[in-house]
Amino acid sequence: MLKTFRIGGIHPNEHKLTANCPVTPLAIPRQVSITLNQHIGAPANCIVKKGDTVKVGTLIAEACGFVSANIHSPVSGTIAKVDKAANAFGQYTTTIVIDTEGDEWEESIDRSPELKEEITLTPREIVQKIAQAGIVGLGGATFPTHVKLTPPKEFKPTALIVNATECEPYLTDDHALMLESPDQILIGCRILMRAIGVEQTYIGIENNKPDAIALLQGKAEKYPGITIVPLRTRYPQGGEKQLIDAILHKQVAHGALPVSTGAIVQNVGTVFAVYEAVQKNKPLVERIVTVTGDHIARPGNYRVRLGMSMRELIDMAGGMPNDCAKVILGGPMMGKAVSNLDSPISKGCSGILLLDESHAHRGTVAPCIRCGKCIMACPMGLEPFLLAKLSENHLYERAEQELITACLECGCCAYSCPSNRPILDYIRVGKNAVNRIIRSRKQS
Amino acid sequence: MVTSIIILSLIGLISATLLYFISRKFHVEEDMRIDEIESVLPGANCGGCGYAGCRNFAEQCVKATSLDNLLCPVGGNAVMKKIAPILGMEAVEQAPRIAVVRCNGTCENRPHTSHYEGAHSCAVIAALYSGESNCNYGCLGEGDCAAACDFGGITMDPVTRLPRINPDICIACGSCVKACPRNIIELRKKQEPRIYVACNNRDKGIIARKACTVACIGCGKCAKNCPSGAITLTDNLAYIDSNLCTSCRTCVEGCPTHAIQVAEADENENSSINEKESATC
Repeated sequence: MLKTFRIGGIHPNEHKLTANCPVTPLAIPRQVSITLNQHIGAPANCIVKKGDTVKVGTLIAEACGFVSANIHSPVSGTIAKVDKAANAFGQYTTTIVIDTEGDEWEESIDRSPELKEEITLTPREIVQKIAQAGIVGLGGATFPTHVKLTPPKEFKPTALIVNATECEPYLTDDHALMLESPDQILIGCRILMRAIGVEQTYIGIENNKPDAIALLQGKAEKYPGITIVPLRTRYPQGGEKQLIDAILHKQVAHGALPVSTGAIVQNVGTVFAVYEAVQKNKPLVERIVTVTGDHIARPGNYRVRLGMSMRELIDMAGGMPNDCAKVILGGPMMGKAVSNLDSPISKGCSGILLLDESHAHRGTVAPCIRCGKCIMACPMGLEPFLLAKLSENHLYERAEQELITACLECGCCAYSCPSNRPILDYIRVGKNAVNRIIRSRKQS
Repeated sequence: MVTSIIILSLIGLISATLLYFISRKFHVEEDMRIDEIESVLPGANCGGCGYAGCRNFAEQCVKATSLDNLLCPVGGNAVMKKIAPILGMEAVEQAPRIAVVRCNGTCENRPHTSHYEGAHSCAVIAALYSGESNCNYGCLGEGDCAAACDFGGITMDPVTRLPRINPDICIACGSCVKACPRNIIELRKKQEPRIYVACNNRDKGIIARKACTVACIGCGKCAKNCPSGAITLTDNLAYIDSNLCTSCRTCVEGCPTHAIQVAEADENENSSINEKESATC
């Protein structure tokens, strides 16, 4: 019996159309746009101005405070402008636009393909290097990695958990990365183990990726302390708390940090970026993006420079299909529909999903029939129908008592609702309101 | 039969005596004026005064040293004048106010760039993205304000998809102001005609104008030309202070994007013509 998390969860149709597509590098875009808030925390501080020349890997925006991340130029060229531009959801944010000229990299970056196994740096230096390279959680949450590697003093990490579950339907970028660079990932694990001072690493992979499990299991024998854990395919296994439960059988208490269980969770894409930053001096300037959908001509896993526009990426993957009705940034469960295709690919963008007319629409909303399917599906053990109703009626005090803030917004409730009720939409609004109330209470 | 009547009467008698002494023992001294004021109040419990219901407002009136900052928006000055003698204070006459929608983003003025089909709530859309048009500040059209109005004073125009406020019903309680996630509704002095900037867009002029043809582009022409100095410009957005405005209409004629609106008394007649048109977004 394979391991999985114990509460709730669903198993949607996997649709892993691009599972057999190897990572394909794409041409360098002629122009890139870099937003300053592509991570959780304070937006970075722009340190370049119009007319400056930059190389690949030049620091263009500095982390502003502890919970923030550096941003580096993904191309070489000239800064065209620093101005407000609409992001994928139509909201205006400060954006650096760079016109590409050639492909000149910073001298300090080691671009040779050789594997560098030897880890020479001290834990402190490793964390510093990760912070300098601007690495954030590449699973989609974009939480700055160096912050996660420096937990509060009262917690002592005992294990590293690598999230290679890729539980979202359609997405295959982590899968492709594991097949392409297994050694780099394993060395990345060793680096992180040294940084946080643990002797044990678990790499959780769902059993719908047997080739990746076999490949990593074979390679992991060389690296002491690394265990590959095959997991039963189930959504949202990639959630931090769900993954800790699945692998260590420990529950994270409400309001506590996941590190209180002794585990630090990192995404497999992040681990690869850590390898490149620490061993090769390469900052986060490119990532793998799955471009997928039932009718796109060339779906695949593309290695793209950050800042390339979504429209350009879709064109390179065969162009926008005529019947495309909805474009989703990320996976179909937690991703968000895009309203502006001219916005750039950011650090947290794991996939672009093009849905046709038959899949793009929501069903007709009917009254709640109290069937309890959402309660069965909720991986946090909440009562989603109740939380949605409380939020709809602005009963925020009661919603707080019912632990609305524990919701991880995975969407299992809305997915399993036979009445197509917009449960998550309302919970999200209520959660924001309750968080605001809690914050103002703390301040006064 | 007789025994049961006697027993029941005895129980009743004993309980009554007990309750009488208990109520005397635990009697809470309460200001009689609170009840008196509450009986004068309209009893809508709308919360428009800023307190939790009419009784709470009455308690606040009794506690207060002056009535300057207290106003029941439903009853208005008439009710405040009744409250004042109960407390032996003077009620200051306050100008009546009315809610005003600071957005004119109809389907023609503000083209739609995406189609939304999630939960019908402005709060949900505001948490997700810019809305169906490119304007990040305008009306989202799902009617959270209309749902929040306890008096049925707001209806959503089916053609423009903007809220329409009925000036005869609106008592400026402010629940719609709180309900709007974009903060486009404002309480303004109820004067005839009311002149206001029907836009809330704080983006730079070029971005605002691209999203909506009647957006305030922050050119400042109105502020420069206003004879009474009622117009200020902050974050690319003009604001007309209703206390200083003399309704001279200099700004209305000068505005290059027609962002400044005049609400006349015959507003409802105009809108009924609107409904006959069949334009939809």
